[in-house]
Amino acid sequence: MKNPIHFTALKTIWIKECTRFLRIWVQTLVPPAITMTLYFIIFGSLIGSRIGEMGGVSYMEFIVPGLIMMSVITNAYSNVAASFFSAKFQRNLEEMLVAPVSNITIILGYVGGGVARSLIVAVIVTIVSGFFVELNIQSYGMIIITVLLTATLFALGGLLNAMFAKTFDDISIIPTFVLTPLTYLGGVFYSITLLPDFWQAVSQVNPIIYMVNGFRYGFIGVSDIAPTVAIGVLVIFNLAFFVLAWWLLRRGTGTRT
Amino acid sequence: MTNALEIKGLRKIYRGGLVALKGVDLIVREGDFYALLGPNGAGKSTTIGIISSLVNKTEGSVKVFGYDLDTHINEVKQHIGLVPQEFNFNQFETVEQIVVNQAGYYGVSRKLARERAEKYLTQLGLWEKRDDRARTLSGGMKRRLMIARALLHEPKLLILDEPTAGVDIELRRSMWEFLTRINKQGVTIILTTHYLEEAEMLCRNIGIIDKGQIIENTTMKSLLGKLNIETFVLDLESSEKAPDIKSATARIIDDHTIEVDVAKSAGLNSVFNELSEQGIKVLSMRNKANRLEELFVNLVEQGRETKEQA
Ligand SMILES: Nc1ncnc2c1ncn2[C@@H]1O[C@H](COP(=O)(O)OP(=O)(O)O)[C@@H](O)[C@H]1O
Ligand SMILES: [Mg+2]
Repeated sequence: MKNPIHFTALKTIWIKECTRFLRIWVQTLVPPAITMTLYFIIFGSLIGSRIGEMGGVSYMEFIVPGLIMMSVITNAYSNVAASFFSAKFQRNLEEMLVAPVSNITIILGYVGGGVARSLIVAVIVTIVSGFFVELNIQSYGMIIITVLLTATLFALGGLLNAMFAKTFDDISIIPTFVLTPLTYLGGVFYSITLLPDFWQAVSQVNPIIYMVNGFRYGFIGVSDIAPTVAIGVLVIFNLAFFVLAWWLLRRGTGTRT
Repeated sequence: MTNALEIKGLRKIYRGGLVALKGVDLIVREGDFYALLGPNGAGKSTTIGIISSLVNKTEGSVKVFGYDLDTHINEVKQHIGLVPQEFNFNQFETVEQIVVNQAGYYGVSRKLARERAEKYLTQLGLWEKRDDRARTLSGGMKRRLMIARALLHEPKLLILDEPTAGVDIELRRSMWEFLTRINKQGVTIILTTHYLEEAEMLCRNIGIIDKGQIIENTTMKSLLGKLNIETFVLDLESSEKAPDIKSATARIIDDHTIEVDVAKSAGLNSVFNELSEQGIKVLSMRNKANRLEELFVNLVEQGRETKEQA
């Protein structure tokens, strides 16, 4: 391929994606702010004050990074899943398919939109958390790298989901039955060192453990998982999802007859 | 002269085994205004889907301005503007967003896209509506929005799949005028339709497709000529000398059967006169079934149904 990325087209898709979630900001940006505020009040302030310390910091400070990560995950995923699926369903995806836009450009454009939304939500949630706890930051680098890799990974996941989906129900099955349980079991609310050995070992298979811990390390400097391992796992998953998405789009799975 | 489109041996078998195209050959010259006419289910949209790379072909080759779809897909795409049969824009986007974004996918800068958007939306009577959501537009406006969208990267070949379905007479006229104008400016146009009237008004050349096969590929003029001729089979009382008919084209099939081609306006009187002068008696007469004719009767009926619904 002479020119794998078409920059004007990429910019166009990205702007289109951002316009979409900003247009429906009441559905896309407000709910995470409300949910997270509730989490902060209930788990952080009310219950958290009785739990005491976890990972060497107050419980509130412990869960904030996890909750930010949780909103990044759900927003990156659902943005791309909903947008790509409705483009397929309303057939306006054809606008891109008839134009000389490479598949890589399409993937990057949609993923870029999902990442943009999840980062905006992350900023909103971080600001909200500022009302409840004073956040310390140990490593900006770790925070930025893990949040970006997590956002792209779940944006790619949402894209894959949308490619296979045949009905609107199909884009809520994975979030409900896979994503939510993995997130809750992914060490957002507890340190896995609290678990019995067996369940600690099982938890290692859950990729979200790596993201939450890598991200939390950036804030409190404490992690259940070595930061380099966390980043390595994220990079590998990202590459695998990207290649899979590219291969499916090239084959025309769910997009071309 | 360059061919805007050259299709050879195009076959399409849909998953599930339906054979939609059975070896289509088609040539459209640069600058032409070409009609692809055929009844519902003939394979028009499938053909167009393949040319615009929304449908994968099973077999055959497609060239657009000399570029092969298999090896130069981006060049092929860049040369084509597509107006599909079904509305396929995002209903929640505004008119201007839709056309400007489409230009962006073709690599047109946002600044230039905005200028062209104003030009084409104005020409198509949509500039006032530029900030309206697409779903609030009437059917005719949506159709014109798709035409504007297809023109923003200034393609050399514009393909319209049943552009006037569901568009009222008044708007249909102005759309025809618009298309004629851009054709004069050098854009090659292919449109599919099942209204013979539409093809007649607009097009110079015509291909007729039925059940996945091209059954006629000719100029509009000669097609209309052919359609204007009716063939009759006359059963004659046997006579010693062969009938000699000058007022129409006649073919002697056997001793007591002849076929005559008569222009519809001319009528059969003169043929009968000649025969009776020669002392030949006509026993019976029937209209010879003509494949093309039959097809057109079907088309005209379909056209009527669609119009009544619209
Ligand atoms: N996606 C599809 N899957 C299976 N069959 C299809 C599909 N699209 C069209 N067909 C069939 O292919 C034939 C040609 O359809 P089409 O090209 O849409 O005809 P036209 O546009 O001339 O009305 C029809 O029999 C139609 O039912
Ligand atoms: Mg059709």
